[in-house]
Amino acid sequence: MEFQAVVMAAGGGSRMTDLTSSIPKPLLPVGNRPLLWYPLNLLERAGFEEVIVITRKEIQKMLNLDTKMKLDFVCISDNMDMGTADSLRHIHQKIKTDVLVLSCDLITDVDLYKVVDLFRTHDATLSMLMKKTHEPTEVVPGQKGKKKPVEQRDFIGVDDTGKRLLFMANEADLDEELVIKRSILQKYPRMHIRTGLMDAHLYCLKKYVVDFLVENRTITSLRSELIPHLVRKQFSSPTSLQQGLDNKEEDQKKKEQASLDIYSFIKEDNSLLKPAPDNSCWNDHRGDMNETLHEGKVRCYVHIMKEGLCFRVNTLGLYIEANRQARKLLLNLGLEEPLVHGSAQITDRGMVSVPLPHLCSFNTDCMPFVSRPAS
Amino acid sequence: MLPLVAGAGPEAAAPVPAGPQVSGAGAGVGSGAGPGTGVGCDGVCPQAPELSREEKLQLRKEKKQQKKKKRSEKGTAAETPELGTPCDPGTPRVAAHPTSPPALADGPNDGEKATGGKSKAELRAERRAKQEAERAQKQAKKAEGSQAATVAKPRLTPTEPQSVVKRLPEHVQVDDPAAQRKLAKKLERQQVPLRQDYGTKVNLFSHLHQYSRKKPLTQQMSIPSTVIHPAVVRLGLQYSQGIINGSNARCIALLEVFKQLIRDYSTPPNEELSRDLVAKLKPHISFLNQCRPLSASMGNAIKFLKKEISCLPDTLREEEAKEKLQDTIDKYLREKIVLAAEAISRSAFEKINDNDVILVYGCSSLVNRTLCDAHVKKGRAFRVIVVDSRPRLEGRETLRRLVRKGIHCTYVMINAISYVLPEVSKVLLGAHALLANGSVMSRVGTSQIALVSKAYNVPVLVCCETYKFCERVQTDSFVSNELDDPDDLIVLRKGQAQLGGWAENKSLRLLNLVYDVTPPDLVDLVITDLGMIPCTSVPVVLRVKNVDQ
Repeated sequence: MEFQAVVMAAGGGSRMTDLTSSIPKPLLPVGNRPLLWYPLNLLERAGFEEVIVITRKEIQKMLNLDTKMKLDFVCISDNMDMGTADSLRHIHQKIKTDVLVLSCDLITDVDLYKVVDLFRTHDATLSMLMKKTHEPTEVVPGQKGKKKPVEQRDFIGVDDTGKRLLFMANEADLDEELVIKRSILQKYPRMHIRTGLMDAHLYCLKKYVVDFLVENRTITSLRSELIPHLVRKQFSSPTSLQQGLDNKEEDQKKKEQASLDIYSFIKEDNSLLKPAPDNSCWNDHRGDMNETLHEGKVRCYVHIMKEGLCFRVNTLGLYIEANRQARKLLLNLGLEEPLVHGSAQITDRGMVSVPLPHLCSFNTDCMPFVSRPAS
Repeated sequence: MLPLVAGAGPEAAAPVPAGPQVSGAGAGVGSGAGPGTGVGCDGVCPQAPELSREEKLQLRKEKKQQKKKKRSEKGTAAETPELGTPCDPGTPRVAAHPTSPPALADGPNDGEKATGGKSKAELRAERRAKQEAERAQKQAKKAEGSQAATVAKPRLTPTEPQSVVKRLPEHVQVDDPAAQRKLAKKLERQQVPLRQDYGTKVNLFSHLHQYSRKKPLTQQMSIPSTVIHPAVVRLGLQYSQGIINGSNARCIALLEVFKQLIRDYSTPPNEELSRDLVAKLKPHISFLNQCRPLSASMGNAIKFLKKEISCLPDTLREEEAKEKLQDTIDKYLREKIVLAAEAISRSAFEKINDNDVILVYGCSSLVNRTLCDAHVKKGRAFRVIVVDSRPRLEGRETLRRLVRKGIHCTYVMINAISYVLPEVSKVLLGAHALLANGSVMSRVGTSQIALVSKAYNVPVLVCCETYKFCERVQTDSFVSNELDDPDDLIVLRKGQAQLGGWAENKSLRLLNLVYDVTPPDLVDLVITDLGMIPCTSVPVVLRVKNVDQ
C-alpha cells in the first residue's frame, strides 16, 4: 500500500468561538454539508478507499456522511489536550506506510496528484500544499473595521523551480531580522522568499517521520513544530552518524541525551536515487562541484497553487467566504444543480408584464410592488 | 467482366504511404494479411487473379465450412460432392451477383432434381442466398476494418513465400488508428492508463509518440496506486521527469525495482510462479513504457528476466524461487554492467596516450568512468574537450564530474566542433544501443560529431557494453526514435519566451529528438567487454551471445 490518509477532526476552532461554542467545527455547515465532508470528498475523488479520522466522541455520534470510503474513527477524549502531532503519535500503530495528513477544515479542489508526485519523484520526506492568498475585501459582520493580523505572516523560502522548500519561519518567532543559514545560500544561491502564501495543512509524510515522532515526545504540533524542524534539518548535518551507530551502549546514551536525530530513522534502502546517481546525468543545480541534491537525505517540497479554490475555515471571515465559494466547488463537482437555468439572462433591471390593467415592475433598490384589482 | 466489390474499390485507389511505416525489416505488412477482399474476377472463367496463397487457403477453408453446414442442414451425402465441382477453388464468388453462381451450380445438377415437397433447387438457392449475404457482411466488415492494414500491404507480392509476417512494434505506429486501438484495448485490459500525445508533430515523425512533461501519467490514476506497485509508479515518474537519465542508469533502476517487485510478490493459489510472475510483470512494463519509451538496454534486461522466470524449475518452493531470481538479477547487474564497465575502462585505457586531447560528447557514464580511471588510477596526462548541445545540456554534468577529479577540461557547444577538431587526437563516444548492422544509436548529435571527425581524420571510438547490442537494423534515424517534450526548446531570455506561443501558430512545429543513428563506416572501433571489435563484427557477437544462452 502506498499511502494512508489521516484527517484531523478533533480541532476546537479556537478562532471562531461564536460559532464553535454550539457546534463542533467539523460539523459546521458549509454549503449545506458538514465541513468534514470536503476533505473526505477530496480523498474519495483522488481514489482513496480507507481513511483514518481522528475525532472526538460527540462528533462521531452526530456525523452522518454519505461516502463510499471506509472511515476508521479514532476517538480521543476531550480532556487530553492533544496537538496534531500527539494525535499522530496516538495512532502510530495503525500507520504502516507513508501518510497523507489533512485538516478537517480544508476546502479545496486541488489536483492531489501534483502534491503527491513531488513526494514520489524526489523521494521526499515531506510534501505540502500552499496557496497564494488574496486580501479579503468583504467586511466581516460582527467585527469593527479590518483587523489585519500582521504578526501572523509566514516567510517561505523556495528555490528557483518553486518546488523545493528551503526556509520557513513565522514572523511571530522572529525578533527583527530574518536569519538565513549560510549553508542554505551556499547550496541554493537563488532563493525566493514569499509572504503571501497560505498553508493548506495538507502534508505527505514518510513513515520514518512518524517513527521519529513516536520517539520524540517534545513535538506536539505538526505545523508549528515538526514541519519547521524538518525544513531546518535539510541543511544541518546528521549529528549521530558521525559517531557511528554500531555501538549499542553509546546509542542508548545518545537517545537519552535527546539527540533524536531524524537521520537515525531513515532507512538506507529506501532511496532509489542511491545506486543510480553515478550514472544518471540529472542534477538539480549547477555551478558547483556538489553531487545532485547535495546528497541531502531529508528533502522538503511544496506545491504552490496559483489558481483554484483552496482555503481553510478557521476564522469567521473565512467561514463566510467558504459558504460563498462552496457552491462553485459543488457545481464543478457536479453535485449540485445550478439554481439559475443556463439560458436565463441576469440583468439588474427587469420588467414583468402581466395581462392585467395593473403592471408591476422589479427594481433592485425597492421591494416589488404589486397592486391587485379590487376584488 | 464483373465489377469489383465495393470493399475492394477504395483499397485499390488509396496510395500506399511510403517512408516511416516501412521499416528495414518486413515489407510493412500490417496485422495479419486480410484474406479474399473481393478481388473482382470473371465468374465464368477462372482467370487466376492475383491472389496470394494465404487468400486462397482462406477461401478453401470457408468453402469447407459451408459444405459442413450444408451437410448438417440437409443430411444427404449425395449432393455435396457435386456442389463442389462447379465451384473452382481458384474462383472466389462475387457477392454482388448472386444470380450467376446459382446459374453455374444449378446447371449440371438440374438432372438431379428429384421430386420432393420443396424442390431442391429452391432450397439450394435459398441456402446460397444466405451464404452470399453472410459473405457480403463479412467482406464489408473486413474492408472497413483492415483498410488501414491492407493499404500498407503491397499488392504486388502474390508469389511471396509463406514467410513469417513481421509486425511493427506499436511505438512506431502512432499514426495508424488500428494499432492505437489495439494498444488502447491492451492497456485497458491491464488497467494501465493511456498517455495522450501532446502538440502537433513534425510530419516526418508523426509515427512516434510525443508526450508533455506537465501531464504525467499519474493524473489518470488513483492516488494510492493499487494496480501498479508504488515503486514502479515512482520509477515511472522519475523516468518521465528526466531524473533518471542515461541508458545504464535506467536499466539499473529498472532491475532494482524488479527485485523489489519480486520480493513483494506472492503466488496466488493454483498458479505457477513461473507463469504468473511474468503475467504480473506485464502491466508494470506497459506502465513504464507509457511513462517513457523503453530503452534498448531495458528491453534486453526485460527479455533476460522473462526468460529466467519461465525457466524456473517447478520443484522449487516460492521462497527459493524468489531468492534464485534475485540472485540472477544481481548477477546480471554485476556481470553485464558493473564488471563490463571495468573491463571497458581497462581496454580503453590502452588507447589513451600521454598528451592526448580527447573529445567527448554529452554525458555517458561509461566514458566518464573510463576517463576518471585513466586519470586517477593510472595517472595518464591528457586533456578533454567536452562538447555539449541544447536542450539537455548534459555536458555540464560531464564537465563537473571530470573537473572534480582534476582533469583539464574545455567546454564547447556542438557548433564549435570544427574549430576544435584540428587539435583533437581521438573522439570517445558512448552509445545507447548498437544495432545489428553495426550502426550506433546514441544521443542526437553523435552522428554529426562522427561525420565531422571523419572529415578531419580523427579516430572515433565508441564504448558500449554487450548487453546493449540489439537485433534491430536501422539505417536512418527516422524509423525508430524518441520525441521528447517540445516545450523544452522554449528558452526564457530576459523574461521573454520566444517560442512560447508555438502551439497557436499553425505553421510552426517543434521537434526535440533524443537519439540518432551513426552509420558504421564513420566509427573506427567499438570497445566492448569482449574486447575491441570493428563495427561490422556486431552480428557475430550477437550470434555468439545467442548460442551461449
